[in-house]
Amino acid sequence: MASLPPIDVPQGVTGAGAFDAPAAGEPDPARFDYLLRLGDDSLILGQRLGEWCGHAPALEVDLSLTNLALDLVGQATHLLDAAGACEGAGRDGDALAFHRDVLDFRNCLLVEQPNGDFGRTIARQLLFSTWQHLLFQRLAESSDKFLREIAAKAVKEVAYHRELASEWTVRLGDGTEESAQRMREGLDWCWRFVPELFEVDELLDGLIARGIAADPRSFEDEYRSALAAVLADARLDVPPDQRPILGARRGHHSEHLGHLLAQMQFLPRTYPDAKW
Amino acid sequence: MSADWPLWEVFVRAKAGLAHRHVGSVHAPDAQLALRHARDTYTRRGEGVSLWVVPSAEIGASDPDEAGPLFEPAADKIYRHPTFYDIPDEVKHI
Repeated sequence: MASLPPIDVPQGVTGAGAFDAPAAGEPDPARFDYLLRLGDDSLILGQRLGEWCGHAPALEVDLSLTNLALDLVGQATHLLDAAGACEGAGRDGDALAFHRDVLDFRNCLLVEQPNGDFGRTIARQLLFSTWQHLLFQRLAESSDKFLREIAAKAVKEVAYHRELASEWTVRLGDGTEESAQRMREGLDWCWRFVPELFEVDELLDGLIARGIAADPRSFEDEYRSALAAVLADARLDVPPDQRPILGARRGHHSEHLGHLLAQMQFLPRTYPDAKW
Repeated sequence: MSADWPLWEVFVRAKAGLAHRHVGSVHAPDAQLALRHARDTYTRRGEGVSLWVVPSAEIGASDPDEAGPLFEPAADKIYRHPTFYDIPDEVKHI
């Protein structure tokens, strides 16, 4: 029997299936929603941190917090632009950020919580950045090329956010009586929003099965022990688990997000043709 | 809050092979956070590959009132300047 001609495999081919991914342009509502979840997390926390601009306890802290904000808004730009392209309805990142109503936002509850005092801001940052860092580490292995690339880039930024938040947690927790008290209160405020970060709903389940999304349950133990280690350094107790609050990934937000959006969206909505 | 914190002098190395240069100062409660603050204040636009922070209080400084005896004697010793031979173009950072 004649042998078949050898198959030329182009260099760099991994075997991870181009056939598994939907063809470009084909609508993929689940992927669109996931990109919104990731992009809105970064956007809303970036906006919150930006509120510290000119108000932080020290000029140096002002710069630190707004630097984090800029990193996060940069991630949001990429993620929401990609979401717009995935949706295929002609919306870009700006349209999704500034012309979308509160019920259509898909960020988690933790990032939309008000800044409170510096202690609560640091508590929120510690809980979120630790989670986002572990998530992006895994997304760097996603079957989705875009997510792989943005996660590989953003993971370095987020590693810095996580370290900064951890160091401040230790300084405040192991600082004065007042700073420790404020840090404890900040953690207590934010703690009930942690379970939502590890919630896997039907949509996320489908994306995990396709290798696109990372499964947060795979790093929940690592997350909890990392936090426990930082809190031990900070001489703080791990707060007791509270009744979890869920639903923001499906649009059920706290009352705070609407106020944030009113401020963030005012200008582009009032002057839709404004350029700067 | 920053008034409670000591001052740190910040030095940045722009690229491998160059010396660290003084760029300014930051307030911070300790060296580790001083490095964070220096990173966020002075290397936002890719200015450096390495940072040093030094407590400002630890720097020994010359007295401006002694500037005369310290520095003026060097002013008229032009033979100490390497101006009597040509430096090749390939030699950088002199």
